[in-house]
Amino acid sequence: MNAALTVFLKEVRENLRDRRTLVNALLTGPLLAPVMFVVLINAQLHVELGKAEKPLSVPVVGAANAPNLVAALVQMGMVVEPAPRDPEAAVRNQKADVVLRIPAGYGAHWTRGEPAQVELIYDSSHRDTQAQIGRLRDMVGRYARIAGAQRLLVRGLSPSLATPLVAADRDQATPQARGALIFSMLPYFFVLTAFLGGMYLAIDTTAGERERQSLEPLFATPVPRRDILIGKLAATTAFALASLALSIAAFAIAGRFVDTSRLDMVLTLGVRFAAGVMLLMLPLVLLLAALQTLVAAFAKSYREAQTYLSLLMLVPLLPSVLLIVVPVKARLWMYAVPLLGQQLGIMQLERGEALGMAPVAACLAGTALAALLAILVTTRVYSSERLAISG
Amino acid sequence: MIEVRNLHKSFGAVKAVEDVSFSARDGEITGLLGPNGAGKTTTLRMLYTLMKPERGRVLVDGIDAAGDPLGVRRALGVLPDARGLYKRLTARENIEYFGRLHGLDDDALRRRCDALIAALDMTAIAGRRAEGFSQGERVKTAIARALVHDPKNLILDEPTNGLDVMATRAMREFLFGLRAEGRCVLFSSHIMQEVVALCDRVVVIAHGRVVADAAPETLRAQVGAASLEDAFVRIISRSGA
Repeated sequence: MNAALTVFLKEVRENLRDRRTLVNALLTGPLLAPVMFVVLINAQLHVELGKAEKPLSVPVVGAANAPNLVAALVQMGMVVEPAPRDPEAAVRNQKADVVLRIPAGYGAHWTRGEPAQVELIYDSSHRDTQAQIGRLRDMVGRYARIAGAQRLLVRGLSPSLATPLVAADRDQATPQARGALIFSMLPYFFVLTAFLGGMYLAIDTTAGERERQSLEPLFATPVPRRDILIGKLAATTAFALASLALSIAAFAIAGRFVDTSRLDMVLTLGVRFAAGVMLLMLPLVLLLAALQTLVAAFAKSYREAQTYLSLLMLVPLLPSVLLIVVPVKARLWMYAVPLLGQQLGIMQLERGEALGMAPVAACLAGTALAALLAILVTTRVYSSERLAISG
Repeated sequence: MIEVRNLHKSFGAVKAVEDVSFSARDGEITGLLGPNGAGKTTTLRMLYTLMKPERGRVLVDGIDAAGDPLGVRRALGVLPDARGLYKRLTARENIEYFGRLHGLDDDALRRRCDALIAALDMTAIAGRRAEGFSQGERVKTAIARALVHDPKNLILDEPTNGLDVMATRAMREFLFGLRAEGRCVLFSSHIMQEVVALCDRVVVIAHGRVVADAAPETLRAQVGAASLEDAFVRIISRSGA
């Protein structure tokens, strides 16, 4: 075991001297995701909230046909824009989000007490305009209800006669849970960071060492290959863990730059969250390191190893995408599946829920078992004769 | 003392080594001579247990390589064909790493490193990172690394490959020094002059078989050739027929 420690210390020292590894494992890897995260979330906030708070500018065709309606809409916060020549084309070309058209017959219908009609011209395939359309529809609807109530009152009837049924919203999502919908990509970011953090060492200590022709002298020392592998795996795992820890810290800081309260949601990224993520990720980091080493050991060169590992990097994306596309109810066995278990557990931690003992145990045991298996297979491959031969 | 008995090794249909036997004695320099692709490197790789022979035995100081590969590797210093250094470590750190892997304590490690750095005239490069070393500096560091645990037996695969005249001469002197210390030195080469200048005993390998095993002078007398080079060419062409 002393030899494994020697290998570990040497690999760490050597890679700490490599600027490329350092920058990738300890700078861009852990920081890229949080920065991306802040930018994306803020952009989304900007789109969703910015539009809701701004006065609603709507081009109105035929405003003169319904001066009372337009006056009421202006009072509710609408700003009347001059009408475009061709409203349909203006919407299609995204010159306007929504155009209100009041036909010439509006006044006649209104005075006769028949349903008068206005047209909302919009393009529903532009998702960013939905907030505007919804607000305008609400305003028109509100005006119609007020006018309808007034007509009933004039005839001596109660307006409640016309509303026999009301559905009231009782949303049970906690503010944290609403946040987690947006933050369901967070577990993948963590897995990705751990993957990138260990990747360079996994390649450098196997395919890289063989390509540089230093593996054969190393195997000529009286150290069992298993011990050499353990030292190298430990170094890869250490870099991956450092990368992950930095990333979790960076996310905690990034959380401060996202004003989630404006979205009526809370994201829990405190110390408890960090500790929970670290715990759940621990066996997974080991599993990833073993898999990376295994794949890199098969590769003939540094470049080939990079190609293989880039493909392997897509695998952790699966459970994240799966859970976003097909939301499933978490069951105990799912926690035992590597990657899926971490995804579920970390999402639960984000929501600020306490993780039960059984899911945590299932998650740790399941992934640890897979890691052990991967290490055993890697040890076998590492002991093969052709592994050391560079020529 | 290195003894090789009836070694066999093939890769698929290619028989790389067929029934190779020889001994390399203590206090002697033994040369493994043969053209490229004759099976020298494969034979040496079986000696330092990187590869397992299909048949045959390897004994180093009486230790069987099949039964105790770690014991054999402990008794050997090896300069393999692949002799890459860790470029981000200094020459001294490269040597120290292997010393630690051999289980040397800090005290012994410092003593051995100092001695080897002095003996190989490496004082100027000891503290420099191996990145950008010349071929000669790389080989020196690799040799120091192979000798750090003070092994009784030394295996060198083409040690003078890529070295200039001055470095080759220095290497020769160094190997004579190791012989004078009573070590068993086994090295491979495809260069005639080198074998003549260095060896007490020559084992000629061609097509995976030993075709001659004698002192250089005896060898020359055996085939009746004027120079060892003629002897070499004659032995090899005879074995191919």
